[in-house]
Amino acid sequence: MEHLPLQGKLRTKILELHHKANSGHIGCSLSCIDIMISILKYKEAGDTFILSKGHAATALYTILNEIGEIPDNMMDSFYKNATTLPAHPAALKYASIPFATGSLGHGLPLATGIAKAKRLKKDTGISYVLMSDGETNEGTTWEAAHFAVANKLDNLLIFVDKNGLQGFGSTKDILGDSASAKVWEAIGFEVQEVDGHNVAAMLDVKKKLGDNKNGKPKLLIAKTVKGKGVPHMEDRMEWHYLPLNDEMYVQAIDKIKSDYNI
Amino acid sequence: MRKHFSTYLEQVVEQNDDIIFITGDLGYNALENLVAKMGDRFINAGVAEQNMIGMAAGMASQGFRVICYSIAPFVVYRCLEQIRNDVCFHNLPVYIVGNGGGYGYGIMGSSHHSIEDIACLSGLLNMTCYVPGFVEDMKSGMDEMFAARRPAYLRLGLGKPLPAGVSLTSYGACSAANPHAKLTIIAQSPVANNLFAALDGNSNKENTDVFVVSKMPLQTLPAELSASIAKTGNVLVIEEHIAIGGIGSAVALLINEQGLKVNKFVSLRAEGYPNGLYGSQGYHQEISGLDDKNISATINTYF
Repeated sequence: MEHLPLQGKLRTKILELHHKANSGHIGCSLSCIDIMISILKYKEAGDTFILSKGHAATALYTILNEIGEIPDNMMDSFYKNATTLPAHPAALKYASIPFATGSLGHGLPLATGIAKAKRLKKDTGISYVLMSDGETNEGTTWEAAHFAVANKLDNLLIFVDKNGLQGFGSTKDILGDSASAKVWEAIGFEVQEVDGHNVAAMLDVKKKLGDNKNGKPKLLIAKTVKGKGVPHMEDRMEWHYLPLNDEMYVQAIDKIKSDYNI
Repeated sequence: MRKHFSTYLEQVVEQNDDIIFITGDLGYNALENLVAKMGDRFINAGVAEQNMIGMAAGMASQGFRVICYSIAPFVVYRCLEQIRNDVCFHNLPVYIVGNGGGYGYGIMGSSHHSIEDIACLSGLLNMTCYVPGFVEDMKSGMDEMFAARRPAYLRLGLGKPLPAGVSLTSYGACSAANPHAKLTIIAQSPVANNLFAALDGNSNKENTDVFVVSKMPLQTLPAELSASIAKTGNVLVIEEHIAIGGIGSAVALLINEQGLKVNKFVSLRAEGYPNGLYGSQGYHQEISGLDDKNISATINTYF
């Protein structure tokens, strides 16, 4: 509960950004903002983070703004011409955004390479990556997963934002549950499932997995609801794409302020 | 060139502990020296080229210079998006090394050829393609590549030494300027060996200026090349690559931009598989008119 006001505050900021820009990808950011709080607000020296599902850029921008890594005046430029904050993260603009993502299936190979490099340099710290469950359709996911297991990269920690929806349907209907714990355990990952909207629970599991130097890469399956916090968006595929009108925006903000104690 | 590459690289990595070598599960009978020399900095990524490039970008972001090795088609086409997004957008020192460029793998067939690789890569942000013709410009290209710490592609092929009378330059190599030259010849890749074979015994040899351009993209015409074209007004380009996106199209653009007057411009290039049949590298070169006899005959049409 202690994290609830922050979870609510960042949700209102996400909605404000999208409303001003009249842009989509709202549901995707509301799905994973709590995961990003648990990773980025509590990041330790030597840790790295890659947002592989780059379409949740507003969640990334709001948490980085919250921790002082993106200035307020830049936030105002989101989605506008001559911005450093386009709809998907740009390259070489902010130290906390090491890679421009947006095409799915890139983050895990990048994070796996970082984990391997840390190992070669004998550096501490965890290589974190946040993927969507739909993204586990991508072949590179499995190329990287096998490499991480074969190379015993227990400093790699994947979060999967498992909201069960992808671009044009539900993950189970399209390619089956490629983000299932059984599949990843069979490959050789250590897997934990957790409520992806409970920051305290995620911090607890994250610490346990990160501290467990057992030679196994780690997967944290965060069970989430797309559009979490705005009832008419929740678990609705179309809120991958739709923008908010004025009325919906006011209602959504009021609801979040009430539910998240802000 | 592969053996020359691995031997030279062995010397480079001995003095630089920030270089990682990743292979896409290839290198039998060529890279064993590097396995022994590099220890845990020699990594086999398995048959997974996209992940190899993505991981290399991740490693490079942590301060390493990373070589990604496979045969040319495998390390270019499947992982083009990884090269573009992960490596080039971030200007990272990841070096894509492709063996057997052009028709180099001959009878192995079209899956193993790379005759569009420069077109795919040379236009990418921050990318430099090194397409050496000889062992010497391969080494100088590697030196430049390691010093620049930027994205690069090194296309390896037949490894012959620089011919007599040809000197290394910043862009590749060239023959001594001939004040009476009537034809400027520009070649790229080891198909340049066919050009020099064609020139041997050709009575017009002394009336040509020869340039081997080993770096792409070609942003400007080197001064001596530009002067030669202005002098001769005749150009022949020879490349083991398709016309689109290769050295021939680059030279044609630059000639026009500079307003140079050219009477005759011939491009000898990889024509693909015009008869639908397959054979050795030499066979495919001949089908495309890149063999020494056709090159010699083409030279003679200028005189």
